[in-house]
Amino acid sequence: MCLAVPGRVTEIEDRDGTRMATVDFGGVVKEVCLEYLPDLQVGEYAIVHVGFALQKLDEESAKQTLELFANLGLLQEEFGDPWELAAEAGAPRWADDKDVPQEAQQ
Amino acid sequence: MKYLDEFQDPDLARRLLDDIHSVVTRPWALMEVCGGQTHTIIRHGIDQLLPDQVELIHGPGCPVCVTPLEVIDKALEIASRPGVIFCSFGDMLRVPGTGRDLFQVRGEGGDVRVVYSPLDALHIAQQNPDREVVFFGIGFETTAPPNAMTVYQARKLGIKNFSLLVSHVRVPPAIKAIMESPNCRVQGFLAAGHVCSVMGVGEYPDLADRYRVPIVVTGFEPLDILEGVRRTVLQLERGEHTVDNAYPRAVRPEGNPAAQAMLADVFEGTDRAWRGIGVIPDSGWRLSSRYRDFDAEHRFSVGDIDTREPAECRSGEVLQGLLKPNECAAFGTTCTPRNPLGATMVSSEGACAAYYLYRRLDITTAPLEASPVA
Ligand code: SF4
Repeated sequence: MCLAVPGRVTEIEDRDGTRMATVDFGGVVKEVCLEYLPDLQVGEYAIVHVGFALQKLDEESAKQTLELFANLGLLQEEFGDPWELAAEAGAPRWADDKDVPQEAQQ
Repeated sequence: MKYLDEFQDPDLARRLLDDIHSVVTRPWALMEVCGGQTHTIIRHGIDQLLPDQVELIHGPGCPVCVTPLEVIDKALEIASRPGVIFCSFGDMLRVPGTGRDLFQVRGEGGDVRVVYSPLDALHIAQQNPDREVVFFGIGFETTAPPNAMTVYQARKLGIKNFSLLVSHVRVPPAIKAIMESPNCRVQGFLAAGHVCSVMGVGEYPDLADRYRVPIVVTGFEPLDILEGVRRTVLQLERGEHTVDNAYPRAVRPEGNPAAQAMLADVFEGTDRAWRGIGVIPDSGWRLSSRYRDFDAEHRFSVGDIDTREPAECRSGEVLQGLLKPNECAAFGTTCTPRNPLGATMVSSEGACAAYYLYRRLDITTAPLEASPVA
């Protein structure tokens, strides 16, 4: 939750007096509020945190960071199914733990 | 240096490392403030690639970890109430309160929903006018502006059934508290890049001066961390202590003024308890009096809650850099990610979880089975 993820603006519109954008995060598309970066244009990149664009970023750095976050599994953490993640409580990563008590695995 | 192949640009990584190796003459202890940076460091074995004299100490910068137990308990209490829709970011679901977590509250019938953005919670409130919708507003200076904007919008749109359970914390007072702690060993800071994207670097020169400590604004990629370490060590070796921005592609010196203005409108400074650490003066935000109507604590009067931290959990020391996770007696035995005793083990950004995840089980200073468990 703490890390901001870079994304590319594909569309901008005014909604209820709020400047909103459609932003592509390497395939995952989300609605993002542009009120803190009102000058952002379609095609530009920004770092986005919990649905808000916070700072502009150049394309090259944005792409590199996205690739890195994808490799680290951070995009899955940010955009994956949170209930599944919570239910597993890290099961894919810690699944090989023999010593984890059964009752903690529900 | 087997890990180097995993770097995006192994040649550059090697050059940075060579540079660090060549300038270090004495031992230095640096703290990376942000949990995201800790994650990168442990995952890529950066701490092991650095010269032995350079020690990285993990800081308190994991919002999930430092949210006080009392606030988690308040969240659990509110989320259990009939008629309430409790909205949260996904990483809070498994953070243990006293005896249970949000995941369990949902299992018991509570209407707990996970949102990507606080604005999603506001939409849920619009769609459910007969229900009370509460959003769990935690986090540092990066998360506070989105939450502030959401409350501002709620007021502007006249939405009455929305409120915020707020527990925001700020980095600079934490740096101050760490430097003033009697056992402090930190000699330089890698400041959290995204926090500075919002706040700029204006709060840091005073701290650098007062505590004679270099503060280098650092990003999250492995190469960013190496560059941050390199610049901090260079300053230390030269006897300098200035604020330096090693993450200019995302951090402007002035930060994001629009976000800062919104923060100043919606929030006001307050003392905050940090989980495991205790109260740090003026280290957080709460809703300012003009937005009191949107404060879930007022709306649901959840004042007197009896909280109990597991006695054996030493996350407070971990968060202050006084103890490495695997020096805790419970680490990997009674405390694992599936059965966590402290938030630093539950959050993926927590230092205990990072050590467990990347199998840093081998460098304990004391044998686990010989350690007393309270
Ligand atoms: S290993 Fe577990 S019990 Fe020990 S400090 Fe970390 S979270 Fe607390």
